[in-house]
Amino acid sequence: MTHPLLSIRDLRVEFETDAGPVPAVRGVDLELEEGETVALVGESGCGKSVTALSIMRLMSGRVAGGQIDFRGQNLASLSEPAMRRVRGAQIGMIFQEPMTSLNPVFKIGRQIEEVLTLHQGLSPSAARGQAVELLGRVGIPSPAARLEQYPHELSGGMKQRVMIAIAIACRPALLIADEPTTALDVTIQAQIMVLLRSLQRELGMAVLLITHDLGLVAHFAERVNVMYAGKIVEHGGVREIFKQPAHPYTRALLAALPDPTKRARLEAIGGRVPSPAMLPRGCAFCTRCKHAFEPCPDQQPPLFDVGAPHVAACWLHDPGRAAVLES
Amino acid sequence: MTADTGPVLVPAAEQLGAAETPLQQVWRAFRKDRLAMAGLYLLIALLVLALVGKLITEWWVLFDPTTVRLPDKLLPPLSRASSALPAEQVPPFGRYWFGTDELGRNVFARMLQGSFVSLSVGIVAVSISLSVGIVIGGVAGFYGERKLLLVGIDTILMRFTDVVLCFPTFFLILTVVALLPPSIYNIMAVIGLTSWMSTARFVRAEFLSLRERDFVVAAHALGLPEWRIIFRHLVPNAMAPVLVTATIDVAYAILTESALSFLGFGVRPPFATWGNILADGRNYIFDAPWLFAIPGTAILLVVLAFNLVGEGLRDAMNPRLRKRSR
Amino acid sequence: MWRFLARTLWQRLLLLVLISIISHTVIHLAPGEPTEVDPLNPMMKAEDIARIRQAFHLDDPIYVQYLDWMRDLLTGNLKSFQNGLPVLPQIWDRFLNSLPLFVCTTLIVWTLSFPTGIHAAVKRGSRYDRGTTFIAYALISVPGFFLSYLMILGMVQVFHMPVLGLRTFGSQGASATVRAMDRVWHLAIPSIMAALTGIAVLSRYVRSQMLEVLEQDYVRTARAKGLDEGAVVYGHALRNALLPFVTMFGFLVPGLISGSVIFEQIFAWPGLGLLGYDAIIARDFPMILTLNFIAAVLTLTGIFISDILYALVDPRIRVQ
Repeated sequence: MTHPLLSIRDLRVEFETDAGPVPAVRGVDLELEEGETVALVGESGCGKSVTALSIMRLMSGRVAGGQIDFRGQNLASLSEPAMRRVRGAQIGMIFQEPMTSLNPVFKIGRQIEEVLTLHQGLSPSAARGQAVELLGRVGIPSPAARLEQYPHELSGGMKQRVMIAIAIACRPALLIADEPTTALDVTIQAQIMVLLRSLQRELGMAVLLITHDLGLVAHFAERVNVMYAGKIVEHGGVREIFKQPAHPYTRALLAALPDPTKRARLEAIGGRVPSPAMLPRGCAFCTRCKHAFEPCPDQQPPLFDVGAPHVAACWLHDPGRAAVLES
Repeated sequence: MTADTGPVLVPAAEQLGAAETPLQQVWRAFRKDRLAMAGLYLLIALLVLALVGKLITEWWVLFDPTTVRLPDKLLPPLSRASSALPAEQVPPFGRYWFGTDELGRNVFARMLQGSFVSLSVGIVAVSISLSVGIVIGGVAGFYGERKLLLVGIDTILMRFTDVVLCFPTFFLILTVVALLPPSIYNIMAVIGLTSWMSTARFVRAEFLSLRERDFVVAAHALGLPEWRIIFRHLVPNAMAPVLVTATIDVAYAILTESALSFLGFGVRPPFATWGNILADGRNYIFDAPWLFAIPGTAILLVVLAFNLVGEGLRDAMNPRLRKRSR
Repeated sequence: MWRFLARTLWQRLLLLVLISIISHTVIHLAPGEPTEVDPLNPMMKAEDIARIRQAFHLDDPIYVQYLDWMRDLLTGNLKSFQNGLPVLPQIWDRFLNSLPLFVCTTLIVWTLSFPTGIHAAVKRGSRYDRGTTFIAYALISVPGFFLSYLMILGMVQVFHMPVLGLRTFGSQGASATVRAMDRVWHLAIPSIMAALTGIAVLSRYVRSQMLEVLEQDYVRTARAKGLDEGAVVYGHALRNALLPFVTMFGFLVPGLISGSVIFEQIFAWPGLGLLGYDAIIARDFPMILTLNFIAAVLTLTGIFISDILYALVDPRIRVQ
């Protein structure tokens, strides 16, 4: 195929505050091919959820620039009715909080059938049949009985499975999963991720996995984008990045993971994520970076090649500078 | 160049801003609300007028609201005093700013006197209702599980609150006020004793949630005596919704007092409240409409001001309602 | 669900008993007495006064009076001080007069508040929102009787239309249609005036509830499904926002009755409020007591209906 399924170029999103516009996403480039799983990793507040919501145009902030191409079409330029036809049908989304993401006063069945009647024009009985099948596919026992239940009668894990059923009901080409397992117990987390992977293979879906959990990334993603303070700082194949992280932030993240085989001290990253309202002029990570040097506080580094397609936005990898990287 | 230069100093521009106290945050949010600020200015003006009015109507003969001037009765606003009046009865600047009533009394002077009375009725009544509400709500919220005669204190107090809420308040007030000897203090007390219920509920809700908060548990663990926990830690934190309710309750109290006076059960002459003046003006609605319109509009403006300030406070204190872009 | 209802019914009945006791105590604590209505009346000799006191048990201790009152009330023997006739039938007649006013006021309030509040929430910050907010504040602040008087003035002076009372004087001879329309006209103005404050308060509350619901995660899910704004707002959001209003329903009754005291007096509407007003002036204890009590009964009925509706409407209670 000529173009990737999803192509985000130089996305900028800002929020209006009393003190003026604050940038949450500062020029993000991201690509997704059909059927692949790409992870978007970062700490809370780095802008990854904002990016995801901007794809669906569910954001309350303002898109200040950039393009979001899906199947060759610029989503930002679509009319609202056209965008609604994309939402739920071509792009599905699941959220972090299954406990509050389902409407408490409607039955489960209705909430699933709604998507089917809306996008596929199914009759109520046909929709109902499909809903039963979907619930079975996401691993919910006695699906027909579940249709008549209300959300408060289901556990957290089951609610998330229902959310997944709703999101894949119309066989979307892309599923955006925004921290799908963060609010769940560890054992349930694994089940949900396995379910997502099997559904992905079955439906040929691409998955954009947004998470702060590097463990999930290692197990389930093919490529990973590391985000910090509104920008992508490193991106490449999962294997390469885990083996040879190029950006100091990525290295620090990996180093901070507890290693059960060693009895060394946990390495925390000193300092704090800068507030989007008060970002430094140069590289956003420079105040916490052990390797910061002369260009860092003043100039924002572009993405340098580290072993294509692996790239990192760090002056340490600028081939034009005689910099030595400690490995 | 080695990568060994140590951490880069944080430029001044990246320092965190100086911390604001919650009070300053609320004030800043409040100031942005133009309606609320308008209400606040009006209230300050009212306060000044009321105090000044009380002084000059009592001490300055020219502003005596009780002076009867029969030759000058029922004059429209801004009319001149007649030359037949003796010198001490002539109003300041020779004009009646709000006209005169059926006994020739200076309506402006009466309104000034009334402002002090209406405002004090509102404030005293609300003080009473706040005190009762805070005590009942606080006890129910803090000591709720303790039992008194086999029934939880919380249950007793809340059932009692439900009972009082079932009564048509105004009807009850009317009953009591009509049966008691007419006096301004009775009115204040009755209005106060029938409007504490929402304060009690708010305080109880706040205490219930605050009680579980870590800082309270920590205070307990430190061995602080209970009364100290209540007064120094819980009460200040619970004050936010109470302040909002209090402002709106003053508005309600002023309206109730004027309704009572309108029906003839309010404060008796010679006290002038705006409700009184309005009630008297009812009879002259065709001949002298200003006697009716002026107090009515005044009540409207003052109550509106209290409501605007109260709602402004509520919005300012609620972080989720801060403006977001669409 | 039935257990829930049985429990609430029991609690409400207990409340009723408490209310009757409190009503009784409050009234009797007040120093005024029926015989003080006209102490200078030379027709009232000492024996007459004593006879009245005896007939109405005014010399007995207070708890005996309470029991007497309850007994007389429940057997229908309670008689008014003003005219010696039984209290309950009079209250019933006046209640039938007030009922259309209550129903009409409530209808106006609820049908106007919801669209206004919802629209203001959806278009938050717009000129519509700010405009309706300001009008709401103004309506809450205006003394109801003030506005009513101005309205009456306007109608009578400017339009030459009769406004007071149940019907136009002398309309008995007209045809049925004209009489019906006349009744409706006379009902409309007081209802509208009484409804104004209610609309202001309720629409603000609707607005704040809708705003809160629109922030919820499940609304975001609904949008992510590709539903249009109408389905999101009126289907998903509204259904949740309505829940607290069902419970509020019962608590509106005291407001209606209180309001009726003022509005019925202004519009000369012979209903419960006017009955109460006259009773208070005449210090007619049985009437005042019973009216307070009936008002509380009506409130409790309203609350009980709310409880039932809420159990029906919130699946979290229905499906236990």
